[in-house]
Amino acid sequence: MAQELADLVTAAKAGDQAAFEELVRVTHADAYTLAFRMTGNEEDAKDVVQEAYLRAWKGLKRFRGDAKFNTWLYRITANCAVTHLSRRAKDRHDELGDEETAADPRAVDSDPGAHLGAGDDRRILQSALQSLSPEMRAVVVLRDIYDLPHEAIAAELGISEGAAKVRLHRARKKLRERLFPLRSELTGEETAHAV
Amino acid sequence: MRCERVADLLPQIVDGTEKADPQVRSHVEACLRCQAELVQYRRLLKALRHLRTDVLQPAPGTLTAILANLEAAGERGAMRSLLAGRRGAYLGGIAVATAAAGAAGALVMANRGRRKMRLAG
Repeated sequence: MAQELADLVTAAKAGDQAAFEELVRVTHADAYTLAFRMTGNEEDAKDVVQEAYLRAWKGLKRFRGDAKFNTWLYRITANCAVTHLSRRAKDRHDELGDEETAADPRAVDSDPGAHLGAGDDRRILQSALQSLSPEMRAVVVLRDIYDLPHEAIAAELGISEGAAKVRLHRARKKLRERLFPLRSELTGEETAHAV
Repeated sequence: MRCERVADLLPQIVDGTEKADPQVRSHVEACLRCQAELVQYRRLLKALRHLRTDVLQPAPGTLTAILANLEAAGERGAMRSLLAGRRGAYLGGIAVATAAAGAAGALVMANRGRRKMRLAG
């Protein structure tokens, strides 16, 4: 699979548009998933991936191949998502501070963290992620789901590495507070040898 | 050591970017509140990591829209280079025509000069 991707990238870099289209076919679900996690809705995610692949096609000659194509594409997609969300927020005259966005109170139940690890964890987590501001969500998605280094996240978001770390810390704290509003659901087994 | 200070370190301890020093370790071992937070961060980060392998089904028409967008951009690019080529040919034609006109003018002037010389002689 990795070699197949590498061959497609080489061909696409040489100007083979069919090879690039095949790359799109192979990777678009992954890119869409990232876009959806960052934007929170299908329409925005669709717009973001379209823009991301356009940028990838235009910038493909600059892709040196020292990183994986997927990682490179994630960075472009994340950058497009941030631009898209900022533009949208500006259009709506919204404030894009580090504050939480208003979340649907019905989306998460009174002790949602108790379900983590169960079948519906995806819905609960996604809903908790949507309760974060786009800036916080971007950092936590890129770091804790896609494992991008702080340096890359800071570069894509146009902020310092320190600011990215602070945002991540706040985002994790908010997620934890949202998912585990009660402190009493701890089991004896989990507390043993905690550190 | 206070819980607030330890709580600030817990997510980094869980993701491995910070090591728990002996002071933090002994605080957590004695503090139920910090133990609870530590476990919650572990569960949270584990659940987030699991989302990585959970690939969503793109909205209908996403692939078609991406490919159509790329094709349109490719056509725009081809049109631009075609127009740039035509513009080059047009400017080149003007330059050649100007040079030819200049050369013809110089020839006419030279012939007139020679004729005047012959008439005077």
